[in-house]
Amino acid sequence: MSKISVTDLDFFYGKVQALHNISIEIPQNEVIAFIGPSGCGKSTFLRTLNRMNDTIPNTRADGTILIDGANINDPKTDVVALRRKVGMVFQKSNPFPKSIFDNVAYGIQINGIHSDKADLAVRVEKALTDAALWNEVKDRLNTSAFGLSGGQQQRLCIARALAVQPEVILMDEPASALDPMATQKIEELVVELKSQYTIVIVTHNMQQAARVSDKTAFFMLGKLVEYNPTDKMFTNPNEKLTEDYITGRFG
Amino acid sequence: MEKRIIDQQLDTLRDKVLLLGGKAESAVQRAMTALATRDSKLAEVVLEDDKIINQMELEIDRMSVEIIALYQPAAHDLRLVISVAKITPVLERLADHAGNIAEAVLIINNEPELPQYPDLKIMSDAAAEMLRNALDAFIAEDGEAARKIILEDKKIDASYKKVFGELIGGIINDPTTTTSAAQLLFVAKHLERIGDYVKDICELTVYLAEASIIKHSPNKD
Amino acid sequence: MDSRRITNTVMTTLTAICALGVVGILVLIIGYIAIQGISSLSLAFLIETPKPVGEGGGIGNAIVGSLILLSLAAAVGIPLGIAIGTYLSELGDGWFGTTVRFVADSMIGIPSIVFGVFVYALVVLKQGYFSTLAGSLALALIMIPIVTRTTEEIVRLVPKSMREGALALGAPEWRVTWDIVLPAARAGIATGAMLAVARVLGETAPLLFTAFGSRFYNIYLDEPMASMPVQIYNYAISPFEEWHAKAWAATLVLITLILVINIVVRYTTRRNY
Repeated sequence: MSKISVTDLDFFYGKVQALHNISIEIPQNEVIAFIGPSGCGKSTFLRTLNRMNDTIPNTRADGTILIDGANINDPKTDVVALRRKVGMVFQKSNPFPKSIFDNVAYGIQINGIHSDKADLAVRVEKALTDAALWNEVKDRLNTSAFGLSGGQQQRLCIARALAVQPEVILMDEPASALDPMATQKIEELVVELKSQYTIVIVTHNMQQAARVSDKTAFFMLGKLVEYNPTDKMFTNPNEKLTEDYITGRFG
Repeated sequence: MEKRIIDQQLDTLRDKVLLLGGKAESAVQRAMTALATRDSKLAEVVLEDDKIINQMELEIDRMSVEIIALYQPAAHDLRLVISVAKITPVLERLADHAGNIAEAVLIINNEPELPQYPDLKIMSDAAAEMLRNALDAFIAEDGEAARKIILEDKKIDASYKKVFGELIGGIINDPTTTTSAAQLLFVAKHLERIGDYVKDICELTVYLAEASIIKHSPNKD
Repeated sequence: MDSRRITNTVMTTLTAICALGVVGILVLIIGYIAIQGISSLSLAFLIETPKPVGEGGGIGNAIVGSLILLSLAAAVGIPLGIAIGTYLSELGDGWFGTTVRFVADSMIGIPSIVFGVFVYALVVLKQGYFSTLAGSLALALIMIPIVTRTTEEIVRLVPKSMREGALALGAPEWRVTWDIVLPAARAGIATGAMLAVARVLGETAPLLFTAFGSRFYNIYLDEPMASMPVQIYNYAISPFEEWHAKAWAATLVLITLILVINIVVRYTTRRNY
């Protein structure tokens, strides 16, 4: 069974329909890349997967989104529990105005995952290690998160997301503001994390989608145009639109 | 649809491979003409041209690498660059065979003239036509045409067997013709190999057009 | 030089002159106050209570009184203002929020004497005596709308991405506000609170109707209380040269006090993270 199974999803900002009839199956422990021109709905769709669009007034989602068989689009869904299960990393790194340690500890604390202080420290170290940041920050855990470089801040945000032990990680253009070296680190991390998590990544960088993902979904004008294994998408896509987009004929 | 920067590069690449194909094609034709007309000078020209062909191969290789490195082609663009990079050495080797035929011609021309072998002529005509059609199909990215041309190769194989039998028979009848006949055997073998190379070109054309790999697949005939 | 550059130079010069003008006026005012007041300034002046003309006396009780009035007003006005401002920013998009915002804006525009009269009518007349509490209440009422509006503006500036980051971890909305948004806005909120403090520290009119003033040291909240602005007012309207000088000195102390509070607050609330 797929980890995430979306059927006939429509999404509206007020009266404007942003997503049309999206159906997609996302298997466990794979990296799925969403690509498409700006405003194609890929980020909107990503944000329906942890109900992040709830924070925007006058939005509505119709259709079913099953995660492990439960419809998260149901109004009765416990959004707080859902977001703990489906973590998110944003385009702009957004550390909290706290120390490096407290940034990672925050999610653990609000969810009450840890048993005591020592356990908290262990969990923070594990998350930072998994995010490939521990060696760079272990000597300054109590300094401000804003003192880190852009790439380190983004990895801190990934560590923060990992700390609450999610099963799915949504990444909204996580490397778009980073230099090539930092980008490469994030990409390596994504591939690394695949064994433990299901990862959905929105990216504008086609090569990035090609490098990190197992499957790629191409969106345009709020519709899912094509969804196929990444190597197929980049050597011989089924749709002319996909071909035109990935070869840079538009977009 | 607007022209992308990569389009100019791909057009140039396509032109270069077409030019190389033309050179290889004319090498085969000239070598066979030299054989038919006992024209040693023409055979020398074929050998001379081989150096130019080698240069062209290097140039296309360099350009393919450059396009991949600088433009990161995807989908059809990528298949074009890959198939060009794979076709180029095929064309170069094909021209090498023409050169080998020209070398055989030089030896044969020092020997007394043998009777004409009509099947050798059939073979060389078929090979030349296949090559021309294969290059056309490649440039037109016509997978269907390429599949048809692959079937043509059987004709060449059949002619080869026939020519082989005739030449062996000729040697047995008149052992003094052994030198020339042996050289002609080589020529026939080269033509047969050229047919195989044309098949390779056609397989790459199918890959370019349809993204399917028919090489080594059991049901390709 | 082309016209674009000329325009550029002219405009730069003009704005620089304006800036210099403002700073210059400020320096003039402070300088004048310092020159006028420094001669009467002494330790005794800072400690003693007012005495009849020719016998010295100071503003010790007024300084203490002002600090007590201010502390009480701040203890009520600042938390309440922050709470209302946070509400307006996070939840105040409906009709109720719009109404509260309108009321706060209107209150900022009301002259301070109105607050004095209001408290006078509501508290002082009812109780039958002037008191410290009444004075603090009037000052708190002035502070609330100022703190409210600055807090709202500052909290709104906290990037949406930071809130989303916390929400995405499974934090409930109220925890996002309390744990993330308010700490992020701390420095700005403190500045807003400072503005309010500085504003009421110099208020005379509302105190005349409420805390009234006193010639003695006092710490009882149900009795009239001296304050610096009222004391300055009393010294200044007197016919005596000596008292005029004392008014200048008291003014200098008041300005210095505001400056010190400003610096201390800025230093303690500056971004640690």
